[in-house]
Amino acid sequence: MTRHRWTGRLLLIAATGGVAALLLLAIVALAGYDAPRALGALAGGAFGSLDAVLSGTLVRATPLVLAGLAVTLAFRAGVLNIGAEGQLLAGAAAATAAGLAVTGPGPLPLVSALTAGIAGGAVVAGVAAWLRARFGVLDVISTLMLNSVAQFVVAWLVRGPLQEPLRIYPQSASLAAAARLPVLVPGSRLHLGWLMAVVLAGVGSWWLARTAAGFRLRATGLNPLAAASAGGVATGRVTAWAFVGSGMLAGLAGAVEVTGVTYALYENLSPGYGFTAIAVALLAGLEPVLVIATGLVFGALEAGASAMQRDAGVPSVLVAVVEALVILLLVLAERGRQAGWWTRRTPEAAG
Amino acid sequence: MSVAPPGGRRAPTLALTGILKRFGPTLALDDAGVVIRPGTVHALLGENGAGKSTLMRIAFGLLAPDAGTITLDGRPVHFASAAAALAAGLGMVQQHFSLVPAMTVAENVALGGRGRFDAARAAAVVRRIGEATGLGLDPGARVGELAVHAQQRVEIVKALARDAAVLILDEPTAVLAPAEAHEVLGWVRRFAEGGGSIVLITHKLADALAVADDLTVLRRGRVVRSAQRATWSHDALVAAMLGEVPEGPAVAPSVRPPGDEVLALEGVTYADARGVVRVEDVSASVRAGEVVGIAAVEGSGQHELLRLLAGRLAPTRGLVRRPATVGFVPEDRHRDAILLDAPLRENVALRGLGAARGRMPWEALRARTRELMARFDVRGPGPEAPARALSGGNQQKLVLARELDPPPPALVVENPTRGLDLRATDAVLGRLREARDQGLAVVFYSSDIDEVLAVSDRVLAMHDGRLVASDATRESVGRAMLGATP
Amino acid sequence: MADALTGFLEAAVRTATPLAFAAMGETIAERAGVINVGLEGCVMAGAFGALVAAGAGGVGAGFATSAVAGAALAALFALCVVRLGTDQIITGTAMTLLGLGGTGALYRTWYGAGGAALSVPTAGPMAVPGLSKLPVVGPAFFSQPVVTYLAALLVPVLWWFLYRTHAGLALRAVGEAPEAARAAGVATARLRTLAVVAGGALGGLAGGTLVLAQAGTFAEGMSAGRGFVAIAIVVLGRWHPVGAALGALVFGAATALQFLIQAMGWTLPYQLFLALPYVLTLGALALARGRGRPPAALGQASG
Repeated sequence: MTRHRWTGRLLLIAATGGVAALLLLAIVALAGYDAPRALGALAGGAFGSLDAVLSGTLVRATPLVLAGLAVTLAFRAGVLNIGAEGQLLAGAAAATAAGLAVTGPGPLPLVSALTAGIAGGAVVAGVAAWLRARFGVLDVISTLMLNSVAQFVVAWLVRGPLQEPLRIYPQSASLAAAARLPVLVPGSRLHLGWLMAVVLAGVGSWWLARTAAGFRLRATGLNPLAAASAGGVATGRVTAWAFVGSGMLAGLAGAVEVTGVTYALYENLSPGYGFTAIAVALLAGLEPVLVIATGLVFGALEAGASAMQRDAGVPSVLVAVVEALVILLLVLAERGRQAGWWTRRTPEAAG
Repeated sequence: MSVAPPGGRRAPTLALTGILKRFGPTLALDDAGVVIRPGTVHALLGENGAGKSTLMRIAFGLLAPDAGTITLDGRPVHFASAAAALAAGLGMVQQHFSLVPAMTVAENVALGGRGRFDAARAAAVVRRIGEATGLGLDPGARVGELAVHAQQRVEIVKALARDAAVLILDEPTAVLAPAEAHEVLGWVRRFAEGGGSIVLITHKLADALAVADDLTVLRRGRVVRSAQRATWSHDALVAAMLGEVPEGPAVAPSVRPPGDEVLALEGVTYADARGVVRVEDVSASVRAGEVVGIAAVEGSGQHELLRLLAGRLAPTRGLVRRPATVGFVPEDRHRDAILLDAPLRENVALRGLGAARGRMPWEALRARTRELMARFDVRGPGPEAPARALSGGNQQKLVLARELDPPPPALVVENPTRGLDLRATDAVLGRLREARDQGLAVVFYSSDIDEVLAVSDRVLAMHDGRLVASDATRESVGRAMLGATP
Repeated sequence: MADALTGFLEAAVRTATPLAFAAMGETIAERAGVINVGLEGCVMAGAFGALVAAGAGGVGAGFATSAVAGAALAALFALCVVRLGTDQIITGTAMTLLGLGGTGALYRTWYGAGGAALSVPTAGPMAVPGLSKLPVVGPAFFSQPVVTYLAALLVPVLWWFLYRTHAGLALRAVGEAPEAARAAGVATARLRTLAVVAGGALGGLAGGTLVLAQAGTFAEGMSAGRGFVAIAIVVLGRWHPVGAALGALVFGAATALQFLIQAMGWTLPYQLFLALPYVLTLGALALARGRGRPPAALGQASG
């Protein structure tokens, strides 16, 4: 995607953010809440102060961007990985285990935690990739199953091997300071994970656009038969690695959430980040750099919505409705583009 | 034993007259017509693209004619759909079967009915038709596990279960082994003797002459001659199908004598995933600086042969000798050759992508794309436009440019002018001659035999998966690919 | 010990009931070639519909409304997927979000943010005369709410429909080879739409069962992934109604085992028992050959 088209996409993202906020407020007003107060709370929670931006919007955007990158990588390769949620949980669990277990000099505990998180996500995605390559199991079904498996395994871990020493609460012990991500802006909750997400998004766009491996992945996603026949690309290997890479990113999202925000493993660590990530990736047009922008839109929406619940009594779950509508509008727009609902198609047979 | 149409329905006289059909700029049928007499086998012959299948798809309600009339026993009819044609007693077995592989024979035959489905009753119908016609099938067998000839039986039984009295068979023997083909043709004969009518679309002369009562030959959308079997000789049929035989060899002379051998097949056999042998014991060689044309009717194994030469398929037996890089222009470019939603620059970069390392030199590739577009006359908005924005002819020229620059030692081309207008066709064929003159070994297949003859230095005729000997004359090649003895 | 066994079996059947409804609904949709990952949303819509209607019109109205609510959400899904040809998976994900978010928001709006435990009329156990007196199995199988019997009855009915009617034959053909079905005169788009809507109605009924026959109240997100479980069960049950019912019992038993383990005070990691059926499903999917494959056209867009 060229920079010229990025500009158009950015406008679309901004517009979608606006439309989503309007939809939210329209529903709020229809439901009989105090709309002006809700709007005030929504905007205040998302952008009202420096702390709202740093500790609210950006902190919430971080796992969304990382998981959104995971979905982007998979979808670009033609892999329907809807298991980012499970891979994220696996990453969080592995990061917690490593962060608690490894003590040592300097950044070793933190690095171990992040590495373990990446590996955890990769293993879960690797199982699905193997099932696809070896047995032709549909991505959708295997990743959905693995989401549930990951949830139950985390539920077990926080009551079993990883439970806090007092064995009262279903959660792990807190990570030591050495295993936590450093705070970026003193006084806020914004952690290094945000920077990592931004850098990875940039690297992702560069890698997809500029490198031979990135082009192989895109070509495989666009037309595997042509990539294999005209380009001699080993498409099976490309999709398997894309699947695993996607899992690594989702695993990192989980690890970052644990080491940067919660400092411990909980059962309900993720409020569906892995699913929201699908909307994040699609709205970005599957362009990694733009995932930053869409992650911000959804991060702001969620930060604003929780302020709205706190200050205006409006249920924050409405954000899910808005996300659903955004996804629906996007798939309809994409389908319309493919089917030429609003453009005349070029005649194929004309010389 | 003669076999009556089930339900004892007498076949009506089916007549098509003055049928006109256009596909875009192409006139597929031009005042074509045919009369199918009750209780006869009517063979419909012609080369690829002569309009045989189109005419019968119109008769069966799958296509609407632009002009012309269809009558049954003299009454004009109009079939808006295949369902309407079925209801009127017509049945058609197409080349590509419409079967549900995961279901049983009985379920496939019963599909489309209403109310309760009784598997035992459906099985009884299959058995009853089997006994009445000799088309025995195990009603409980899963269709996907049946051999091709048995699947064809299922299609015929499906039509008969709906009381079809006029049955159109599109190339029924193309996918069958000789013994199976013999069996089907025997059944066709008996069905007609029982009072039913059969339309046999074929380009196999021997089949037509063996079983048909009437023969109609189409060429380029027009009826050349329609008459009873007795009035046809083998030679007359060949002449009618191939048209005017030009004087002397039609092959374009090469600029210089061919060089060393570049591509070679030695005793190569290829069997597809279902174990059907598509290419059998073929040995051939292609030298630098020559265009070797392949002449074959559809289903002769030519597509597999081309992919074996291009290294896109591995032989089941035998040896393929080829250089590391062989350019390949497949006939379905949207499926096999281009990324429709990617810019032209990336479509050019696709060549050799599997072995590429490090960064992509996009600036250089952009310049190269621009240069290729200019040199190969690819008309489009520029290197950044998506391939989708180009017309079919320009897409094809881009694919050819990519495969030819830098020139590989060998190039394999499959139906490169399909769907192209005259100008684009000339441009593409000109490029092939140029490539030959630069010393490439070129293998060229087109379903249009005249195109093969016009471009090639040497022609290999293929029939039933084997190469058949022929001279480089239109008549000899035409006869060889039709399976006629020289 | 016999009491514990009875309790275990009773709990297994009880928890299997909503799963069986949802899994049979998903079986219908998938047999027609549509994978509805939005079933979770349908379950929630059904649960909320049951809450609203049962408060006003009683248990019967609650069940009826739950089916209608599930069907309505599925109809929106079918419109997008079958008529407009959008991607099944992504559209389904949106439906899940819509169902979860929409019911949560409506619940808080209509019944207050406090989430005061509302109680609704429930369908109590209905003992089958005679059979319920059998030792061990009697109380377990024949003293269940009426919907459990309905779910059991649905198994042969659905089997009969799929394998003994031409409509069922056509539906299966649409999921396997839509082009061939169309060539045989089947209205493929209409059939797919009907299958998805019927599947959604059963998903809704699953939600209604949760509210009216089990919890006696509504909670946000009370479907707790049962829509996804149903998709697993369909795979485990090899796209067959009897398999769906048995698969629901397997998952139900895994849940009941959890109660049993807790009740007996055993220190077994019961969460792993809950994960086991999913692992089993993946294994079944990998090892399935021939008959165990999904419908060939599953997941392919247009109608």
